[in-house]
Amino acid sequence: MAHARPIATTRSATGIPTGRLAVWWVLASEVVIFGGLLGTYLMHRLGHPEWADAAAHTQTWIGALNTFVLLTSSFTAVLGHQAAERGNGKEAAKYLGFTILGALTFLVVKSFEWYNEISHGYTITANTFWSFYYTAAGLHALHVIAGAIIMGVVAVDAFRGRGLHRVELIGIYWHLVDVDWILLFHLLYIAK
Amino acid sequence: MADTVIDVHHHGAAGHDDHHHDQHWIVKYLWSTDHKIIAMQYMFTGMAMGVIGGFMAYVFRMQLAFPGISVPGFGQVSPGEYNALITNHGSIMIFWLAMPVLIAAFGNYLIPLMIGADDMVFPRINRLSFQIFFISVVVLLASLFVEGGGFGGAWTSYPPLSAESTYNLTTLGSTLWLTAVALEFVAFLLGGINFITTLMNSRAPGMRAYDIPMVCWMIVIASILFMLSVGPLIAGAVMLLFDQVLNTGFYDPARGGDPILWQHLFWFFGHPEVYVVLLPAIGITVDVIATFARKKLFGYKMVLYTAVATGVLSFFVWAHHQFIAGIDPRMANVFTVTTLLISVPIAEMCFVIIATLYGGSITLTTPMLWALAFMAEFLIGGVTGIFLGASGADIYFHDTYFVLAHFHYTFFPIAIIGTFCGFTYWFPKMFGRMMNETLGKIHFWGTIIPFNFIFIPLFVLGMGGQHRRIYNFQHFPELATDQMYSLRQVATIALLVMIAFQAVFVFNVVYSWLKGPKAGKNPWKANTLEWTTESPPPHGNWPPAELPNVYRGPYEYGHPDREEDYWPQNEPA
Repeated sequence: MAHARPIATTRSATGIPTGRLAVWWVLASEVVIFGGLLGTYLMHRLGHPEWADAAAHTQTWIGALNTFVLLTSSFTAVLGHQAAERGNGKEAAKYLGFTILGALTFLVVKSFEWYNEISHGYTITANTFWSFYYTAAGLHALHVIAGAIIMGVVAVDAFRGRGLHRVELIGIYWHLVDVDWILLFHLLYIAK
Repeated sequence: MADTVIDVHHHGAAGHDDHHHDQHWIVKYLWSTDHKIIAMQYMFTGMAMGVIGGFMAYVFRMQLAFPGISVPGFGQVSPGEYNALITNHGSIMIFWLAMPVLIAAFGNYLIPLMIGADDMVFPRINRLSFQIFFISVVVLLASLFVEGGGFGGAWTSYPPLSAESTYNLTTLGSTLWLTAVALEFVAFLLGGINFITTLMNSRAPGMRAYDIPMVCWMIVIASILFMLSVGPLIAGAVMLLFDQVLNTGFYDPARGGDPILWQHLFWFFGHPEVYVVLLPAIGITVDVIATFARKKLFGYKMVLYTAVATGVLSFFVWAHHQFIAGIDPRMANVFTVTTLLISVPIAEMCFVIIATLYGGSITLTTPMLWALAFMAEFLIGGVTGIFLGASGADIYFHDTYFVLAHFHYTFFPIAIIGTFCGFTYWFPKMFGRMMNETLGKIHFWGTIIPFNFIFIPLFVLGMGGQHRRIYNFQHFPELATDQMYSLRQVATIALLVMIAFQAVFVFNVVYSWLKGPKAGKNPWKANTLEWTTESPPPHGNWPPAELPNVYRGPYEYGHPDREEDYWPQNEPA
């Protein structure tokens, strides 16, 4: 049977629903993880102008395509949230399905890109720029995978009309994944 | 909406009752989502790890005082084993004793009870947190027995020693160590989110921000500090893991990396971490002192704001660990100033405690003795920190036993004294019986006196130039004098005495648990909500219809208009 929720979970002294509050704290902890990594990268990049030569080999158009895919998937996540607000679980599940599709597209494009780069000899050990490139994008890809899996669970529940408030929560998380990618796109692709 | 909420109430409450009684004991004690059981899991796992960490200290102290001796229970200590012992002693005492006991165990036990809730807001995430923590324990212990032995690069794990297996000679041990630490971080991030959300949202009706008992505030502030400081280190740990496993060069200057980077990432976490464990210990102390001085806590808001200020400041002091790492001397000046500044809020807390004691009617129970000892001993740790925070003096003291004695004078009061203080104070609530006071006091003095005999000699040795991380001082003639050896032996023998006295504690816990007098609901006549329910509290803490409401702050002792000298938070005016 479903887990019995304690009374504590239903209280809201701040007026913010407990789930949303917790997701914001998850976001806070994620921001400092990415912040640490990207901050480190920035410090190094400023100290090593020669990394521009390595950065010249990243393929901006692939990055741009993936940015477009992720932003679109965030848009469908918002549509899903709207549907959930109206209480329409089936439609919310449909939009979340589109978002998951976006996540999968993103990962396919990413795999193609990495395959291409690795076969040209730009591996994670090629130099420290490439180490950062794979570490940061890999950490991000891990978030995409995790987000897509959780979204799948939420979508199945929403389809059955359960836990509709979770559609918003996974959406908030997905926007973080989006924002992280936009930072990565600028730092790793555009800043040559 | 309102209807669904009420509906959930009933469901939740009914679910609690008919579920918990006829469960298999494995489900009840090992797979429970009850915050009190999870707290006990953290408490006893943490204490067991403390025993292992203490055993390690015993082995390497024997080696240092009597080099080459075959240590009873261990045998001869090789240089590699010595390194693994000191590394894992440090890691265990911080990550697997102080954190799980002070934050996870007391946080889990006290937060829902003290704010009048029936559980944490996310009980299953809470269980997951402990399960991940337990895996981290297993991974860490396994790392000690793999080929090449446990990791020996110190708990700070500086590269290149930690990154290059050709230097540290523990290929698998160092990777497992790093994995264990990473898992432990995940466990505490999950736990921390739970604590913060619970305190923010699930307080009893009527409990405002300034009615929250200080220990809850402190644990939550510590959780926030941990969350905000550990992120960069998680990123750094991934980089170190890649350096170890994939042979990247993040920390290798020959390949465009930077070994100092790790020191920055580590200490950006590592220094706030000191306050992450300090604040809960101060919270426990403050609560115990107010109860046994029968006096309102002096300056509730001041303590709270001071804790926040300490937390903020603690993000700007990290480079005082790196004064001799080749950082810019101008930066060293800045960090000297911030480091000395942070002693102001801590001193403020000491004065608050003294002011609370002033004019109180003090009872010297065992928990009160621990609380007073915490302040007295931590003060020594704090004051010696001034020497190390000042970059000029630190250049001489750096990496000597003076540093070691200094941080043991902070961490021992935090992790050991703070734990005993909280444990003896809430024991009646946790197990429903009173602890034996005589045995408690014997254990107290048997711990505190040897503690000072261990570490005061180490201050002296440190000032005499005794460097850390030396396996056998006989290899250094100027450090192998008779006087220095006699000081080392004093410290080691004091350690043996202290360890022996812990048997009194173990006996006291077992004896009191079985035979101690029944505690009743509120043996200390304290105000906070956990004392309004049964001891030990049932599943769900209170019957669902009797969850308390709150009418006043937690420290209303000795109110002039009342017959009784205490005024429980849940009693209507």
